[in-house]
Amino acid sequence: MDQIKVQVKDFNFFYGQAQCLKNISLDIMTHEVTSIIGPSGCGKSTFLRCLNRMNDLIISTRTEGTILIDGTNIYEKDLDVVKLRKKVGMVFQKPNPFPKSIFENAAYGLKINGLKDKNLLAEKVEQSLKNAALWGEVKDRLNDNAFKLSGGQQQRLCVARALAIEPEVILMDEPASALDPIATAKLEELIVHLKERYTIVIVTHNMQQAARISDVTVFLMQGELVEHGKTSEIFTRPMKKVTEEYITGRFG
Amino acid sequence: MEIHLDQELQKLNTDLLSLAALTEGAIHKSIEALKAKDQQLAEECIRDDERIDELELKIEEETIALLALFQPMAKDLRFITTGMRINSELERVADLTVNICQRVKDMAARDKVQVAPPADISKLGEIAKWMVRRAIDAFVSGDENQAKEVILKDQEANQLRTTIINHLIDDIMTKDKKTVPQATALLLAARDLERICDQAKYIAEDVIYMIQAKVVKHHPERLSEET
Repeated sequence: MDQIKVQVKDFNFFYGQAQCLKNISLDIMTHEVTSIIGPSGCGKSTFLRCLNRMNDLIISTRTEGTILIDGTNIYEKDLDVVKLRKKVGMVFQKPNPFPKSIFENAAYGLKINGLKDKNLLAEKVEQSLKNAALWGEVKDRLNDNAFKLSGGQQQRLCVARALAIEPEVILMDEPASALDPIATAKLEELIVHLKERYTIVIVTHNMQQAARISDVTVFLMQGELVEHGKTSEIFTRPMKKVTEEYITGRFG
Repeated sequence: MEIHLDQELQKLNTDLLSLAALTEGAIHKSIEALKAKDQQLAEECIRDDERIDELELKIEEETIALLALFQPMAKDLRFITTGMRINSELERVADLTVNICQRVKDMAARDKVQVAPPADISKLGEIAKWMVRRAIDAFVSGDENQAKEVILKDQEANQLRTTIINHLIDDIMTKDKKTVPQATALLLAARDLERICDQAKYIAEDVIYMIQAKVVKHHPERLSEET
């Protein structure tokens, strides 16, 4: 506990000429859930995607500063990005299972990482589906197409897919925004359980969700980190007026 | 930017101020009834308590609904939770005024030997009135300094209560045991008045939490800390 997992230092991010993240410095602790909140376009998702270099896929982007994960700068030139993304998994806003069976979805990452042993595959798939709190609902229909699942189940399948390759950090970009309240509650429950083993960073527009599930809340605005701290404090006594305006819905 | 919640908060504020006005009225009546041993006024004050109870329940429902429907954060959350506490504290003040009126009735029932209310009782009554009024002013204006004044004043109230009790025991009751029934009623009334001052202090502490998000309850040393 109380160990720094991700250390962001004087980090800047540019899309062409436009600077989207300005001088961000932040420590993200192991086994904590960190929520990133802020108005649309403030750079939340951009920041999240910087943590596993997903933004590399977009041309004309540029970074300054460093992001250390377990002490290693992930922007080092010869860093193996595939390895990085294995360590730092991601779950997206809309459930995006592959057009394959439930089993194949959960096994996907393992297979492309070269795992061929069928028994071991089955074992790991079961474990990851269990960890994603989905096993009970799908164990008798593993060969069904993933699209037959409900939205909430699909999202948990995506969590299972991310968990299967045993990441250490899980990034979630508004994972509950397309889910109904019951599916949202299940996903939140899952997140709270997962933090025992993983470090979780979640972007959310839902203030109550951030309040319910995260240990630390980070407020970004126009690419700048305005305020961060213990969630219980940010939501009862924010230090900055602009944070207060945002979280009480008086912003704009 | 004004939002829908602001209107609801304004309504809560208005209801709390109505409750405060009724409660201040009850304090005034109970003190006058005590000073003059006026039974009729005491009866009236006891009857008024029903309205205060009703309003307390209404405000409680309102605040619970606000929490459930708006899931407020930060200063909104602090305002509503403070409102909830002030609501119960004011209602408790009103109950204490009922106690005082009950002492007036007790004295009327045991009126063979009269004991005049000591002058310090009036003084304590004035302090109680002032403290409640000032605490509510602090709530309305969001003025931390007014709240601090209330908290500091409580010590004076405690001392005065002790003076009154000592006087009633040492100078009245021990000298003539026939005074015991009325002197006891006065002694209990002094204690009730002092408890009203305590409630005012709690309100002031809540107000400081509302304004500064600083908990000074059980931590008087934090009063002088800069924020």
